[in-house]
Amino acid sequence: MGAYLIRRFLLMLLTLFGISVVIFVLLRIVPGDIADILFAAAGMIDPAEKAQIQKDLGLDQPLLLQYGHWIGGLLHGDLGYSYVSEKPALEEIAPRIPISAKLAGLALLFAVSFGIPLGVISAVRQNTLLDYVLRVVSLSGLSLPSFWLGLLILIVFVRYLGWIPIYTEPPASAWDAFVLYSIPAAAVGFRSSALMMRLTRSSMLEVLRQDYIRTARAKGASAASVSFKHALRNAVLPVVTIVGIEAAFLVGGLIVTETVFNIPGVARFLVEAIRWRDYPIVQNLVLFIAVVVLTMNFLIDMAYLALDPRIAYEK
Amino acid sequence: MAVIEQKAERAEAGAGQGWVGTLGYFGRRYPLGAAGAAIGITFVLMALFADWITTFDPTATDPRGTLSWPTAIHPFGTDYLGRDMWSRIVYGARISLAVGLGSTSLGCLFGCTIGLMSGYFGGWLDLVIQRLMDIMQSLPLLVMALVLTAALGPSLPNTIIAISIPLIPYVSRVIRSNALMLREMPYVEAARAVGMNEFAIAVRHVLPNTLAPLIVLATAQLGSTILVEAALSFLGLGVPEPHPSWGRMLSESAAEYVRTAPWLVIFPGTAISLAVFATNLVGDALRDILDPRQRD
Repeated sequence: MGAYLIRRFLLMLLTLFGISVVIFVLLRIVPGDIADILFAAAGMIDPAEKAQIQKDLGLDQPLLLQYGHWIGGLLHGDLGYSYVSEKPALEEIAPRIPISAKLAGLALLFAVSFGIPLGVISAVRQNTLLDYVLRVVSLSGLSLPSFWLGLLILIVFVRYLGWIPIYTEPPASAWDAFVLYSIPAAAVGFRSSALMMRLTRSSMLEVLRQDYIRTARAKGASAASVSFKHALRNAVLPVVTIVGIEAAFLVGGLIVTETVFNIPGVARFLVEAIRWRDYPIVQNLVLFIAVVVLTMNFLIDMAYLALDPRIAYEK
Repeated sequence: MAVIEQKAERAEAGAGQGWVGTLGYFGRRYPLGAAGAAIGITFVLMALFADWITTFDPTATDPRGTLSWPTAIHPFGTDYLGRDMWSRIVYGARISLAVGLGSTSLGCLFGCTIGLMSGYFGGWLDLVIQRLMDIMQSLPLLVMALVLTAALGPSLPNTIIAISIPLIPYVSRVIRSNALMLREMPYVEAARAVGMNEFAIAVRHVLPNTLAPLIVLATAQLGSTILVEAALSFLGLGVPEPHPSWGRMLSESAAEYVRTAPWLVIFPGTAISLAVFATNLVGDALRDILDPRQRD
């Protein structure tokens, strides 16, 4: 077990190293750096001044040196400076993380609390009208772009309630924050809830056919107890995997939803930084996202171990 | 096995002969899949005959007719530059189809090649490829595509490439696990015994047997590539002007026109959702037909 953990951890470090190289190289094969963008915007073309800016930002150094500088700094907790705001990258990124984390947490909560029970109901009532309706709803959940869902919600709010649930200043109370976040969270979480519902349904259908379910029914357990206590316990295992994968994929939904609802989170910040070729922000953010994804995967593997005693990872 | 079952079912259902009978059978057996196929075909026809079913040029602006509500002349209204929304949505089908089909087939091509090499030949090659796939999969699809479009620059072909690359690990993993299983099959051993070379076995005997899961996966991915293109264009990093991309139409209308011109939000979004919904319906039906082990 200990050896397994160590091997997993080393593999994770290797993957992170790989992704750091990939991102670093990708960002630098782009024609044009921030100096070009600044100069294009200002309409000035003084080559000497441009060279000075590139020199100040270290963009004239060889790539290997720039990479070494980045990773070296990272290990000391120094993420470099944002080219745009000229503040330390850590100061720019850190305050935005809790905003996105809250949004992601609420979205996952939404997904789990709707997806799993509806999936169970759909499986228990297989091939009834209710099942068909739920299946079509879940399939549409996988088809609607989350930013469009967000825009539709905005239209409804603006037209019929005359209130725009858009982030203008940090919410005053916890309740305000909850109201403000829950609307975009539902827009993001709809897709995940649809996925969980589909998976719960097919996983439940498989479990419901097993012998111990017949035994439970035969000894007189109530229908609800059979579905939610006996069957769901075993059916939920593959769903746990999806919760982990979706937690990572939520980042994609957050990017567009934070843009629609004007939420100053870390996901929208990534797009802004990409537009500005703000390398220190982009490369650190992407690496951060990779860390989150890999950690989630790791935790899910561990959760499996705790949930299902039949699984034992090799030593 | 599945084929025999289906033939028996068809005989019972008294289905007619020929392809009309076959289509009729699948239509009755998988009504949702058939509905999806019908919507999908409509979009393809829209894209092919765009010139004939529209009266306005999708890029022609009209300063006197901006932000017009849907009317008889402009059934879907006009945007802030006075461009006809119906034309833009019809021509937009070309963009979505080009990106969807282009990036899915590119991703499948590379994913298949890599997965086959990794699974069939194994060894250190497999180990290296698997670590590379780990790296590519450690970022969500949209984030990977975002970084790639930023690196390649905004253009239609670059958007296709940027969306196809993140698909590679998903395809290659499926093909690899299939190849791992297939290379132990007796007929592969037989081919080896008669002296066929390894490369020929991989292409002639292993690859065709991975087609069913590949088709299922490709249809499932088709929808997500259309969604990713819409998201990229919505963020202003995907398909550039003057191409009428559904996602970009939403980004132009998002901030300012939610209040005053809801049709600019409703129609492009409906087009994206319908197209993706259709591919999902077809994908589900194909999975049931080609991969009966996953059937509920």
